Amino acid sequence: MKPERRRFLGWTAAAAAAATLGPGLRLVELALARSPEEAASTLQRWGLLIDTASCSDCDACVTACHEENGVRGHNRPLTDAQWIRKVSLRDRRTGFAQTLPLMCQHCEHPPCVDVCPTGASFRRADGIVLVDKHTCIGCRYCVMACPFGARSFVHEPVSGQKPDVPRGKGTVESCTLCVHRVDRGETPACVEACNRDGGAAMVFGDLNDAAGELHRRLRTAPSTQLRADLALNTGVRYQGL
Amino acid sequence: MARIAAAILAASLAAAPLADAGEKRAGRVALPVVKITKGGDCVAPTDEMRRNHMEMLLHQRDRTMRQGLREKRFSLKNCVECHASRDTGSVLGKEGFCSSCHAYASVKIDCFECHTPMRQVPTAGAPR
Repeated sequence: MKPERRRFLGWTAAAAAAATLGPGLRLVELALARSPEEAASTLQRWGLLIDTASCSDCDACVTACHEENGVRGHNRPLTDAQWIRKVSLRDRRTGFAQTLPLMCQHCEHPPCVDVCPTGASFRRADGIVLVDKHTCIGCRYCVMACPFGARSFVHEPVSGQKPDVPRGKGTVESCTLCVHRVDRGETPACVEACNRDGGAAMVFGDLNDAAGELHRRLRTAPSTQLRADLALNTGVRYQGL
Repeated sequence: MARIAAAILAASLAAAPLADAGEKRAGRVALPVVKITKGGDCVAPTDEMRRNHMEMLLHQRDRTMRQGLREKRFSLKNCVECHASRDTGSVLGKEGFCSSCHAYASVKIDCFECHTPMRQVPTAGAPR
């Protein structure tokens, strides 16, 4: 084979590779954005990875979450709804301190769903754990059952809700993994804010998607589930804990 | 014969106060205000909507909540989008599309305990 011909073949191969990269990326986008007529499927399991080493001392995720979901308090920290919070940990012996966001862990075997007497607390096919406020009677069993303290009760009348996030007095609520955004093919507000204003410590993705960034990160480095002893198989994983 | 005539007279006299009461009742209870800001066809004929809108909403609510199906057609957001008042931007209030009819029919409406009754205002600036 002449060198010119070989070079030409090399160029065409490179061009073909570039062309497939474009449509390949596009395919991923399309797979993420489910059509409104398509039901959530067990083929996916949405999850989060939080890298505590990159988690800086800010609360961008908390602010973004509460802004996105219209969660406003009454300046009463004991009873105000809290969908996500920053937790600080400190090793007493070494003094090593770290901070991490904590929210609903979207368990595969959620205790909140087990105890719900009306079936309001449920797990969607794609792994997102939600409260159906239409059937929630506000008994708060799930608040007691959750080992992560992730759920809140709405004690006072709410107004000015976001159209995609209905909230009302007498019901329990928690992180929805921004289900309205996920259904549109976007990432949760906390992840978006962390990547923009924080330390880019959060990755959102499909735990079942072997080609995804989340899967790659979990595959290549050790990660932990909170309260792994309970065998809940959480959808939110931590690294660096 | 005179007895029958008397009976008819008595019956008509007895009926008169009833008719009065009917008129009074109609005057006392305000008729619902049906103002639709955005024209065009609704998702179903008016008769069907009047009778069955709650069934449609209930069905859609479970599909959306449980299965993640967000079809626009019967969604509450889609209702509010067309039926919210131009002045207040809401389906509630004195002349609100939902509330005025529900007040007339004396049926409590629970949707807006949690859902916003306001039309989505398109944000002018870029999303934050």
